[in-house]
Amino acid sequence: MKGFDVKNESNVPLRNIAEGLRDGTPIALGYFAVAFSLGIIAKKAGLTAPLGFFSSFFTRASAGEYGVYTLVAIHATYVELIAMCLVTNLRYMLMSAALSQKLAPATSWFHRLLMACCITDEIFGISVNHRGYTPPAYTYSAALISSLFWAGGCATGIVAGGMLPTSIVAALSVALYGMFLAIIVPPARDDRNVLYALIASFLLSGICAVAPIVSQWSSGTRTILLTILISSVVAWLRPIKKRESNGTE
Amino acid sequence: MEQNSPILYILLAILVTNLIRVLPMLLIKGPIRNTFLRSFLYYVPYVTLAVMTFPAIIETTLTPLAGVIALVVGLIAAWYGLGLFPVALICCIIVYLIDTLLPML
Repeated sequence: MKGFDVKNESNVPLRNIAEGLRDGTPIALGYFAVAFSLGIIAKKAGLTAPLGFFSSFFTRASAGEYGVYTLVAIHATYVELIAMCLVTNLRYMLMSAALSQKLAPATSWFHRLLMACCITDEIFGISVNHRGYTPPAYTYSAALISSLFWAGGCATGIVAGGMLPTSIVAALSVALYGMFLAIIVPPARDDRNVLYALIASFLLSGICAVAPIVSQWSSGTRTILLTILISSVVAWLRPIKKRESNGTE
Repeated sequence: MEQNSPILYILLAILVTNLIRVLPMLLIKGPIRNTFLRSFLYYVPYVTLAVMTFPAIIETTLTPLAGVIALVVGLIAAWYGLGLFPVALICCIIVYLIDTLLPML
């Protein structure tokens, strides 16, 4: 994976696309594994493979889709469905706000909207960590390849449900968390405040998973509340000093 | 109430989920000046991913031990700057080996 040392400024679309595909590939593989298990749930809700592909390609929300398929299975009301989408995907609002700060000022509305639609936890993670302004082509290519694998994984899960051994499914599902670690740990080396934020996140998240009452909440709800709480406290105690590599000012 | 079709549910889910993504991008014009808000948005991605990783990484594996070791090795590998794919691969291999070997002991 070394030897990709890119020295030039990121104004070359082809290079951005190549980088996007390079960084999007491990995400795509992780997505396939997670979407595969999601497909097993989608099948229970009565989705066909083409519908699962369509749904996953345009939604791209793990917890959100899980919630939606469980509601489809019990023929819930549309109001419940909307509420579920809001709660499980609320973090995308925060991510969209954060990503808006990483776009070059001259970026067109078309690109702003399309970039926003590309947001998933992982695509956001690599996009916001792109040095300088994030070129749309980088995000698009990473989002495209990962979305295809996400949708393909869901469709495959619907068709081939229980055919893979559980040991392989369990091993594949960890790929996603390995990727998360590779995204969040290197910045913690350079910025001690990020390190503190990560330690607090791990500790509080672990405590909340076993604590009374809180552990009864869905993991999506806990994720939202902990994110707002921890980020606010760290932002209050350790505000960033200067512009963080957001290009020119 | 009429028989709800899965297609209508899914179209609605697609619409709502993408509206959530698009709204902040539409409402926020130009750079945010407020220091607290900028700091908050700076920490959000790290905190979200950390919260989603732990303890979920321990809960998805067949044995918690496999998740714990994958987490520790993944943290070390990431600390020393291995990329997304190598770290993910290392975690997968560790979990597969421990989950399949441990029951044999």
